[in-house]
Parts: sequence; C-alpha cells; structure tokens
Amino acid sequence: MVLTNETVKERLLKHFEGQLGRFEEPFGMLSFEAPKELNLKIMQFLYDDEELRFQFLTDLTAVHYPHQPGRELAIVYHLHNLKDNVRIRFRIYTSIEKPDVFTVTKLYAAANWMERETYDFFGVNFIGHPNLKRILNVDEMDYFPLRKEYPLEDQTRTDKDDEMFGRG
Amino acid sequence: MQEQHHIKLPEGSIEKSTTTLNLGPTHPATHGVFQNILELDGERIVSAEQTIGYIHRAFEKIAERRPLYQITPLTDRLNYCSSPINNMGWHLTCEKLLNVKTPKRVDYLRIIIMELARISDHLVCNSVVGVDSGAYTGFLYVMQYRELIYEIYEEVCGSRLTTNMGRIGGFERNFSNAAFEKLERFQAEYPAVLKEFENLFNRNRIFMDRTMGTGGIGPERALNYGFTGPNLRAAGVDYDVRVHSPYSSYEDFDFNIPVGKTGDNYDRFLVRNQEMWESLKIIDQAYRKVKEFKGVEAEIFHADAPEYFLPDKNDVYTKMEALIWHFKIVMGETEIPPGEVYQSVEGANGELGFYFISDGGRAPYRLHFRRPCFIYYQAYSELTKGSMLSDAVLTMSSLNLIAGEMDA
Repeated sequence: MVLTNETVKERLLKHFEGQLGRFEEPFGMLSFEAPKELNLKIMQFLYDDEELRFQFLTDLTAVHYPHQPGRELAIVYHLHNLKDNVRIRFRIYTSIEKPDVFTVTKLYAAANWMERETYDFFGVNFIGHPNLKRILNVDEMDYFPLRKEYPLEDQTRTDKDDEMFGRG
Repeated sequence: MQEQHHIKLPEGSIEKSTTTLNLGPTHPATHGVFQNILELDGERIVSAEQTIGYIHRAFEKIAERRPLYQITPLTDRLNYCSSPINNMGWHLTCEKLLNVKTPKRVDYLRIIIMELARISDHLVCNSVVGVDSGAYTGFLYVMQYRELIYEIYEEVCGSRLTTNMGRIGGFERNFSNAAFEKLERFQAEYPAVLKEFENLFNRNRIFMDRTMGTGGIGPERALNYGFTGPNLRAAGVDYDVRVHSPYSSYEDFDFNIPVGKTGDNYDRFLVRNQEMWESLKIIDQAYRKVKEFKGVEAEIFHADAPEYFLPDKNDVYTKMEALIWHFKIVMGETEIPPGEVYQSVEGANGELGFYFISDGGRAPYRLHFRRPCFIYYQAYSELTKGSMLSDAVLTMSSLNLIAGEMDA
C-alpha cells in the first residue's frame, strides 16, 4: 500500500482529535501546525505508528515572526519516511518571552546539534536537551542573531572608515 | 630574594591518568577549521568533543537581504569541493518556488556538471583518506583529473573552486566546444585512472588493516544520527535523493546505488569509489542525450523565464522589455511569490536541503540550509570512542568533513 498525504492526515487527525490545524500541501509536502506542548507526542506517534514510520529527521529549524504576538517563534520540523518515501513538515509556535519547547534528542540523535543551532540563532530553549549551548557563534554572545530585530549592517552608512577595505 | 614562580596545575591533574589533546582547529590532519578535544588514555580515545563554528559566515542572515541570484555565490562556499551541486540545488529550489520549468537539455547539462562535481569531491575525499593512512601517491596522481574537471568548470562558467555556476532557469551561456572536448577527454582518460587508483588501495594489505573495522556505524544509529549520502549508504541503507525524489530529470538515467555493509572507513571508501563509476555512467548517458539535440534545440541553455533570467545583451540595447527585465534583475527588484518550499539534492556528502520561505518580498524571508556535514559530524565522538588516535584521524577524513559546509 502506498502511503499518501491523505492517509497521514487522517491518522494524525484521528489520533490527535481537533488539536492539529492548518493542513496544507505546498509543493506536494503535507504540512500542518501543532500546539507546542504536543511536539514530542506527535514525533513519537509518527515514529512508532506502524503505517506512518516517519523515522528520519531531515531538518529542524526556526523562523522568527515579530508581528505575531504570543507566537513569534516557529519551530519547523521536516520528517521523512524513507520506506514509503513521504516527507512531511510541521511547525509549532512559541512566544518569544518564554521560548520553552521540549527537546526531541531522545528520539533523534541528529536533533542534538540542530537544536543547538536553533538555540544559538533564535534562543529557543529546548527543555531536556543534554548540552544546550551555542554551537556556531561565540559563547560570549548575548543575543540571538537570526531574530528579525537584528538587521544586517546598512550598506550605505558613512560613519565607518572603510578605506582599508575598498569601500571608503 | 627572588620571588619563586610555581606552575599551578589544576587540582587532580597529577593523578589524572588521561591526556587532553586538542586536535585542531589548525591541525594539518583536520583538513579544515574545526577542533576536536580528545581525552586520551595512552593512544586510545576515551571521549571526543567537537567544536565547530570557526568559519561561520552567517549565510542564512545575509541571504535575508539578497536577491536570489546573489545567494548563489553563498552556496558555493558550503561544500566548496563540489560547489556546482550546491549552485544547482539552489537554482532548483528557486525554480520550484517560481514555477520555472527547465528544458531537458538544461537538465542534462546540469546532471553532467553535478556528476563531475561529485567525482571531484569523492576523488579528493578518497585520496585524502589515502594520504592520512600513509599513501601519498594516489592523491598526487588523481589530482590532475580534478584539475581537468576544474578546467571544464572554467569553460562553462569561468571560475574553478567557487563556481557561481548557472542561473535560475539554466546556464549563463551555452557550453563551448572546448568544454565538450575536455569532457570527452575526461571520459576517455579517467576510467583507467580510477581503475589504477582502486588497484592502489582496494586490496592493499596496509590500507585494509588501517581502515577495516574503524569508525564503523550500524544502519539504525546512522539513520538516527541523520546520516545521508555515501556515509549512510556505507552503513547499508540505500537512500539516495537522486532516486527517491528525482530532480533535474535524474529519472531518465540508469544507475545503481552502491551500498556497504559495516559503515566503517573501508566501506565508505569503497562506496565513494563505486559512486564515481556510477557517476561516469550517468555522465556518459547524459552526454549522449545532449548530443541527440540537433539544430535549434542544441542551442537551448536556459528556460523561458524573463523575470529571472538575464536577457541577451543585444536585446537589452534594442528591446524595451529586455532592458526593463535586465534592470529589474540586476537591481534585485523582482518580487518573489510568497511560499514555502523545501528542495533537496544529493550533494557529495548527502542530502543538501534548502528550506526557503518567501513572504512576497525581494529577498527570502528565511532561508535554511540543511547541511549534511553539520548533521553527521555529531556522530564523530561515538564513532571514535575506544579507537586509536590515528584511526580517529582517518575517520575524520573518511567522513569527508568540510568546514564550509558545517559552519554555513
């Protein structure tokens, strides 16, 4: 039997009655939204279910939406069922004041560094992570650079002496 | 009386029976800028901790202000041993979002370039495994064929390492005859070289002793660690993006996915070697298909996508639309349709993914690179636990860790 997006959606809706929303299929990939407390339960269900078997974590990252009060940070998971070759994506939202989300490192060893990277750039606090510290930036950094409030340097600024770098 | 200076040792350091060793960030054996803090008991590794980020360049942030065509040079610098694959992966991502349909000839030309890039990447990786196990000859010998591949790149796009090759919808210009001639030379000469390279290593007693049984990983652990590419296939899982979600018309080609069994350094070496043969097969087929295009069709090198593909210079001077498009593209004033797309390609190290969110602006709202290297390097401490220091060095090179890809 071929696993289709409809089957995945049905099984998910059956198991998590009324808790998941915004099912879409952009470019053929089933994506949905879930409450943040459920992320681990959903992952576990998708992993264990005999039909679904989403046992490969392709990607984990975050997106910052500064204009959505209470749900500024979206954490996006890409999962892959390698046997039936189906990919799905789901996102959870958290507020930026209290960005606490359960870690999925117990399920996927791969999530360890991906979550560290997400923490490093967005400040998402993964509860239960074995080693949640910065990975690409310096440890002393006191902000989360990929958040939208940190714009890139204005290329037209004139207060800097750039003569040595060919821009002066 | 002169004040006495004592060396202050940390508490318990005299009694400590293990040694801490910093392997990297500039150690010649790391072949890149990253650090391993090894805890050694004699020559055995008790634990390893990796530090990365020395060449982090914030590409994801920079990309949030750039028009699409200016992001291509950023992708060059991920896995710089096979930058054309990254370039093509990026173009494919954009084309998916912008709904640009590329002609078959473009697809085949791209496949030729991507497979050449795969060969050059595997070539470097495998010959460096040789260097790290004490066989320098292979490395020096095959380097001239990487050079030939780079010359083909040069004919196609003008540069060698960081290629910035291709545009959204196709290539910047048609392949020159010199490019095809060099490709033919490569096809004619390389198989014999690869055979010789294999003869040098595959059944070499010393090499086998060094690589077999070191740095091994089973399929379950490898999948759990998010391994992809040759490293996963060496562990016995036949996952290949080219087959599972074909892009750029890979479905038109006939090739095998080589798999290993133990996932150790030897299997990784063999899988990469075998993949080079498969790549050669694909190049042969693709080149034959390219030659089948005749007349006007043989001149096609880009899709019809005026919003994103720079018009011909003559048209810019003579036609108003072309001038407008030219201006809009160069100034990055084309609005990208809103959407969310994930596109992956089989990079030389595994699944290279682009997660691209557009909010309708002129630059991506968010762009995330799924870098295979970054993900599988986490497994390094597990791979090397209990092994000898010299094997850990070999494991590092056989995983093909590219600092550019790890740090993004």
